[in-house]
Amino acid sequence: MYVYDAIDQRMVDERVAQYRDQTRRYLAKQLTDDEFRPLRLQNGLYIQRHAPMLRVAVPYGMLNSRQLRKLADIARRYDRGYGHFSTRQNLQLNWPRLEQVPDILAELAGVQMHAIQTSGNCIRNITTDHFAGIAPDELVDPLVWCELLRQWAALHPEFAYLPRKFKIGVSGSPADRAATLIHDIGLQAQRSDDGAIGFRVLAGGGLGRTPILGQVVREFLPWQHLLTYLEAILRVYNRYGRRDNIWRARIKFLLRAKGLEAFRAEVEDEWHWSKDGPGTLTGAEVERVSRRFTRPVYRRLPDSGELHRQLAASRAFALWHERNVHAHRVSGYRAVTLSLKRRGVAPGDVSAAEMDAIADLAERYGCGEVRVSHEQNIVLADVAAARLHALWLEARALGLATPNVGLLTNIIACPGGDFCSLANARSIPIAADIQRRFEDLDYLFDIGELDLNISGCMNSCGHHHIGHIGILGVDKQGSEFYQVSIGGAQGAHAALGKVIGPAFSADEVGPAVECLIECYLARRDSDAERFIDTVRRIGLEPFKEHVYGKRRSQGTHRVRALATA
Amino acid sequence: MASVVRKGRIESERWQRLDEVRLAALCAGAEAPALAAESVVLIPLGLWLVQRARLACLALRSAVLLNAEDDPSPLLPHLGAVSRIAVHFARFADGRGYSLARVLRQRHGYRGELRAIGDVLRDQLFYLGRVGFDAFELRSDQDPHAGLAALADFSASYQGCSDQPAPLFRRRAA
Ligand code: SF4
Repeated sequence: MYVYDAIDQRMVDERVAQYRDQTRRYLAKQLTDDEFRPLRLQNGLYIQRHAPMLRVAVPYGMLNSRQLRKLADIARRYDRGYGHFSTRQNLQLNWPRLEQVPDILAELAGVQMHAIQTSGNCIRNITTDHFAGIAPDELVDPLVWCELLRQWAALHPEFAYLPRKFKIGVSGSPADRAATLIHDIGLQAQRSDDGAIGFRVLAGGGLGRTPILGQVVREFLPWQHLLTYLEAILRVYNRYGRRDNIWRARIKFLLRAKGLEAFRAEVEDEWHWSKDGPGTLTGAEVERVSRRFTRPVYRRLPDSGELHRQLAASRAFALWHERNVHAHRVSGYRAVTLSLKRRGVAPGDVSAAEMDAIADLAERYGCGEVRVSHEQNIVLADVAAARLHALWLEARALGLATPNVGLLTNIIACPGGDFCSLANARSIPIAADIQRRFEDLDYLFDIGELDLNISGCMNSCGHHHIGHIGILGVDKQGSEFYQVSIGGAQGAHAALGKVIGPAFSADEVGPAVECLIECYLARRDSDAERFIDTVRRIGLEPFKEHVYGKRRSQGTHRVRALATA
Repeated sequence: MASVVRKGRIESERWQRLDEVRLAALCAGAEAPALAAESVVLIPLGLWLVQRARLACLALRSAVLLNAEDDPSPLLPHLGAVSRIAVHFARFADGRGYSLARVLRQRHGYRGELRAIGDVLRDQLFYLGRVGFDAFELRSDQDPHAGLAALADFSASYQGCSDQPAPLFRRRAA
């Protein structure tokens, strides 16, 4: 966990003072709505359907117990006692009062947190792998690089009024758990043959109305040049990205319009003058930032025989262990996912009491740190294998031990129509209905790995394009409909899903998902073939047949002719 | 009353924007003596490029006017001979002028006055100052004292920029 120094602290404090004054002037009608909008957005404040929403930055998903308790405290005192973890690893508060936001930001600054650039047309919170620094398959620990990027992006004077929002994701592992292919800039840390660190730089990825996977702009960028090269990309985007049409304003459209080669040439030209200049990173700085991270002290632990006995003795524990416990690079340790996907609770929602409880668990079982995953769960990174069973018992008592990581009910969903003013349809009730239908654990485990994502509109905050099954809320003459796609994937083999056919009404979605699963179970090659593998092997047709054919034969539903383009 | 924040002070001299007819008259040599006494005249880039020889002969203080969408490349060869450039912000939220300023200052080494004009508000001044503007013609409803204060909204910055090319990490080490 990075610990602020005096200058880091001063900057967030000064930001609070600046925003307090801006809020005061807005309330005194000295700033118009239009003038205030980008200021509040760049301090995390949206105006939502029911109330403002404040998005608190959780830089690259890392929180310590003290910060989590502060978030709980804020949720209680300024909100309705809960928060929502988003797919960008941030925490959203749904009911703060605009006048109180400066106070909330001051409370956050007190625990080295902020809401800087969590919204607006600027460089947003940097995201990374929730197993950063502990994953056995990692080539490079991305955390230090993420913090260097955080500092560089924070209050960057040149890029506060970009054509559109700008998201950067960093991965240090070939498995790409940071979804770098769907970011405006994706950075894949690598090591060259002689061990030097560098980054494969991708640009132009993104979901939304026009989902596109990022393209490689530079195969290997030596680490020294990280910041100057990124500035060159951003400058080209800031100068030439479209500003006349909000739906064509992301960098992916610029890249597509120019073509990869021309875009790359332009970036290189822009980079030329700053390359090797003062913005070039130094070993001393990397070292300095690295030293400001607190690191867990690992002990030499025997890989516990006790664990094997416990696994043999309890099937429920074994199921949880299978899904929610992950390998650690240090022998004797594991990472554990506390599932925030339980029936009856919106995906990613967490109450103040749960935040406090998780903070306690992190202190007692980990090193007092948690990570927020883009799958909207919480990860405890450093748990001794011998203590997994005890942790499981406690997590289960808290309702945080649903053994569903990577399974169908680990649904990723945006807040949707219940909260978000942009939504076409609600996502939370759809998630709840699907979770109910697949509650049976034997059935759930039999289905195996499956990512199901729900977005309430084309802005795609629920990343539906990269769900093995993706559900998208669409508006049809004022009522809520849902388009279903299959075949999407995240990670190193990222792919965009394809729509299976006409959209469904809210009560048809659950049955349609059941049909997809029936078809998969009937057609899969073996238990080892995952849903996504079957889709890749046999294509969309059999699934379409099954879903719509069944619908016709039952005669209960009219196929609704909704454009699926 | 609109004011200009410049070099840590509040001034009142705004650069003049003329309509096309008067600009034409100016280039013909007709308007210059009267204007010269008054103030600096903004010459749009296109016109400046065509007429710069003639403008140089007039007893006139002029500034090159750039809009956010202008390509500054034809200006670059003459940059050493230019002492005033204004970048016009049609909307404060159009960020192109920020990169334009940085390119002029840091890539091409422009040393003259760089003035932000148009929709220039107090809340953007700190960043504008960092990217290389050294004068700010505030929109007429803005309080110049608040504008001056805004230049000190932050006492430190991480990134290097036109005002301070060395990023914090290089200064920290020093
Ligand atoms: S996908 Fe749409 S409905 Fe969902 S949170 Fe994003 S903007 Fe709102």
